[in-house]
Amino acid sequence: MGFFLETVLGGLMAGMLYSLVALGFVLIFKASGVFNFAQGAMVLFAALAMARFTEWFAHWTGIENLFLVGLAAVIASAAVMFVMAWLIERLVLRQLVNQEGATLLMATLGIAYFLDGLGQTIFGSDIYKIDIGMPKEPVMAFESTFPGGILVSKEDLIAAAIAAALVLLLTLFFQKTSTGRALRAVADDHQAAQSIGIPLNRIWVIVWCVAGVVALVAGVIWGSKLGVQFSLATVAMRALPVVILGGLTSVPGAIIGGLIIGVGEKVSEVYLGPYVGGGIEIWFAYVLALLFLLVRPQGLFGEKIIDRV
Amino acid sequence: MIYRENGQFKTSYRADQQIFPIAQDRLFILAAVLFAFVVVPAIASDYTFRALLIPFTIMSLAALGVNILVGYCGQISLGSGAFMAVGAYGAYNFFARVPDMPLIPALVLGGLCATAFGILFGLPSLRVKGLYLAVATLAAQFFADWMFLRIKWFTLNTPSGSVSVSGMQVFGVPIESPMSKYLLCLSVLVVMGIAAKNLVRSAIGREWMAIRDMDVAAAVIGIRPMYAKLSAFAVSSFIIGVAGALWGFVYLGAWEPAAFSADMSFRLLFMVIIGGLGSIMGSFFGAAFIVLLPIALNQFLPVLLGIFGIEISTAGISHAELIIFGGLIVWFLIVEPHGLAKLWSTGKQKLRLWPFPH
Amino acid sequence: MKLRNLALATCLAVVGLTAFAQPKEQFFPALPYRTGPFAPNGVPWANGYLDYLKLVNARGGINGVKIIFEECETAYDTARGVECYERLKGKHGGASLFQPLSTGITFALTEKAPGDKIPLITAGYGRSESADGGVFKWNFPLAGTYWMAADVLVQYLGKKEGGLDKLKGKKITLVYHDSPYGKEPIPLLQERSKMHGFDLQLLPVASPGIEQKATWLQIRQARPDYVLLWGWGVMNSTAIKEAQATGYPREKMYGVWWSGAEPDVKDVGEGAKGYNAITMQHGAEPQSAVVKEILEKVHGKGQGTGPKEEVGQVLYMRGAMSAMMGVEGVRAAQERFGKGKWMSGEQVRWGLENLNLTQPKLDALGFKGVMRPISTSCMDHQGANWARIHTWDGKGWKFTSDWLQADEQVLKPMIKQTADKYAAEKKLQRRTPADCQSTD
Repeated sequence: MGFFLETVLGGLMAGMLYSLVALGFVLIFKASGVFNFAQGAMVLFAALAMARFTEWFAHWTGIENLFLVGLAAVIASAAVMFVMAWLIERLVLRQLVNQEGATLLMATLGIAYFLDGLGQTIFGSDIYKIDIGMPKEPVMAFESTFPGGILVSKEDLIAAAIAAALVLLLTLFFQKTSTGRALRAVADDHQAAQSIGIPLNRIWVIVWCVAGVVALVAGVIWGSKLGVQFSLATVAMRALPVVILGGLTSVPGAIIGGLIIGVGEKVSEVYLGPYVGGGIEIWFAYVLALLFLLVRPQGLFGEKIIDRV
Repeated sequence: MIYRENGQFKTSYRADQQIFPIAQDRLFILAAVLFAFVVVPAIASDYTFRALLIPFTIMSLAALGVNILVGYCGQISLGSGAFMAVGAYGAYNFFARVPDMPLIPALVLGGLCATAFGILFGLPSLRVKGLYLAVATLAAQFFADWMFLRIKWFTLNTPSGSVSVSGMQVFGVPIESPMSKYLLCLSVLVVMGIAAKNLVRSAIGREWMAIRDMDVAAAVIGIRPMYAKLSAFAVSSFIIGVAGALWGFVYLGAWEPAAFSADMSFRLLFMVIIGGLGSIMGSFFGAAFIVLLPIALNQFLPVLLGIFGIEISTAGISHAELIIFGGLIVWFLIVEPHGLAKLWSTGKQKLRLWPFPH
Repeated sequence: MKLRNLALATCLAVVGLTAFAQPKEQFFPALPYRTGPFAPNGVPWANGYLDYLKLVNARGGINGVKIIFEECETAYDTARGVECYERLKGKHGGASLFQPLSTGITFALTEKAPGDKIPLITAGYGRSESADGGVFKWNFPLAGTYWMAADVLVQYLGKKEGGLDKLKGKKITLVYHDSPYGKEPIPLLQERSKMHGFDLQLLPVASPGIEQKATWLQIRQARPDYVLLWGWGVMNSTAIKEAQATGYPREKMYGVWWSGAEPDVKDVGEGAKGYNAITMQHGAEPQSAVVKEILEKVHGKGQGTGPKEEVGQVLYMRGAMSAMMGVEGVRAAQERFGKGKWMSGEQVRWGLENLNLTQPKLDALGFKGVMRPISTSCMDHQGANWARIHTWDGKGWKFTSDWLQADEQVLKPMIKQTADKYAAEKKLQRRTPADCQSTD
């Protein structure tokens, strides 16, 4: 029983981490109708920027204080992501207004390849470290109730808390601020939003900037956990089932979907895996999402798909 | 002036309904096929065969299959790599387990295995649409990845899971030299291409296109979505499966499941979109673009940079390839979102009037 | 008419002469991966490989024959590896040998190399059964295969327990990369598990191996006595990090020689302290003579391929060692076919099959204390089965065992059986003694 709880807890934590990446997808899709396949590359780029800037700033200025250098690196990385968001909107999205979904999808895939190559050219292909002071040792809870205690990873808990805070912030942003309302209007109907005077281009830049910051947070947390290297971009593949299970347009859906997928993955791997030889995590997550879709084709919290003939 | 159809009168429905009704088109295609079969083997080097032509023909075939599903029937699929894998492993099992199995039937049987797999994983398309379907098909991709790594029966119980094929022959002619391999792939491509072209001009093809454009309206006028969608998955998976079998047998020779990963699925989708959705010609263009571009970049980039006196490492070239590849795709989609096939048909349109402006 | 005939004849003669003109340099192609998910491990190997080739040139070449080399990036992808092979095999007069550094590419090239008559060196990777030269004429897994590594590991663990019989009832878990590379040791581990009665648990990790939480939760539940790690690239550091996060003692972890290098532990730092790995004879050897020579003759002249700090690291040494064995194969071929001459692929193959690197020779090359003698033969393409264990102490790799040897009694039957199976599948005949003697 204790081990089952441990697995579930581990799954919940992993799910929160996936939802961090899924948030980026949801944000961009919600506001501009583009499924941003480049999100993984953006997470990697942001993480690389953070890791290398920390190294370079410490090297150039000689400041040893980790907090100061880290803060400077975060600000620099966020600035880089803003510039990238602006460039993407300017050079790619503006030219592809009104194109079909498949075209935009491919454009983001092209951006993903571009960022992969650019990131590795500027920052290198080695494994880099991000140290934001996360505790690495685990904590054993409830040692009296369960033999051996339940493993709780402090790092994962902190990451989950950050993810939850981010979701809360974003939900408030969308519901309470005027920019958030403008974003929802644009997502609903581009033309109508334009007709009432919402500046489409600026909105898109804002959305991609916010998504860039989300990518930065996800990149820092994942990077601190795994080390920053090229394969970090593949974490986006693990986050896709979360996005479609929760619904492409729902921010809370990203969290709920993340939790479900996380638990589903870990429990299946630990309990079903040994019977079939193991390694079933990845496809199980996708099959799980698929099964949910069969019941609710628009995802748990997504907008209902209305077909007009 | 050259390309006009003036003076070409059709006197029967049959003549009017030919694939290439304009005589110039027929001549051009005939010339192209003859060139591919006769001239190219005479002048191409071994390296050209092995590294350029064989992958190009196989990938065109696969892109053809993907185009039928994505371009003609509108079901975005990211599981094409899995279908190729099923085709390859299916053909391998028939080839290796059945004594004296000839090559062509093995390929066809591999394609049929892929068909079964494709229909199974195409079932979600009856309920799910658009981007959701795209991600759902990734389930097929990852499942196939796992299946061929874990279930040892598929790889003939080899400890490593890697399989290899040798000793292929067609009607007694051994398929060992690059030229024979190229001719085999080319023949399969031509046969499947003609079949596909006819299929999309037929009633089934029209059903697919109706589903793509407005599936609710199509259901209203009596097209059964289940048959249309699943038949698209079936035909498309068959073609992709045969392409996968060729890729494993002819190009790689020995492969492991990682050869048909999600990367391959994305590449195929790229080919189809760059080449042009809903166009048979487009599959060829897209395949040429995606197959030849990295190699061209690899060869010419150092030369180009050398002119400017910049030295670049192999890693740098690889990164530059990615950057240029991504940039070109984006540029291409901005300039011509309907793909190279649209450029081709625009060119033909202009050629009809040339040299007159209008 | 007569002038035309004369001109034609002259042209033909010139063409004929140039066709017989020998290339003056030995071509060593390199198939590294400097990009992609395995780049951190591939880059030091490639730098070591190229630096050693540069050193050989600085020393005067192989009996005066210089080496030219060319890189072709594979990104660990089989299709790209095959394309690189096709592009480079005929260049500069013909490749002398190929070292693909990837098990996947090795499998693909094993099918092609015999037809092109180019030997493949797969030092420390590739197919374990290719050690049987009777079937695999063109494959050379010099100095180590995965079955050998697994065997040495089990023997060492047995020694730690106080005897192989003490392994009975113990639990050993293999965390492996879900690919042909990771699956390689399984047959031998299963064989040894039957022999000694230990419980073998197999936990695959899907490539590229960044998500291992479920794996390590299972390990936490099973509480194995030892964990063997067969990973590559980022999977290694992730495994160690997850071990730390689930509280599994790193001292009980033993990695294969591709999971025991600086990139795997660098960014884990103190958390990796106590992690062990098997080495293919060499470890991190910054004090060795060859490293000093490279620093002096190659880096000293500004010709170093990578950063100076990398010279002497584990994977760098492996690249240098692989290059050394290739060069010595060419040298051995020259002893037979003509010193100072260019060697064809077939001649290099003969050289690799008759490699006799005695300790004095190795010492002279600068590998004193780093390597033990390697001696190949027609039937044995591996040549040596020595290994050691080294441990990360937080700052560097230090040897923590004596020289260990794999048990041929266990390995030989397995190798022969699997090689025979391959031969039956490919309808090949085992090589005859006459074929062994021939210089083809």
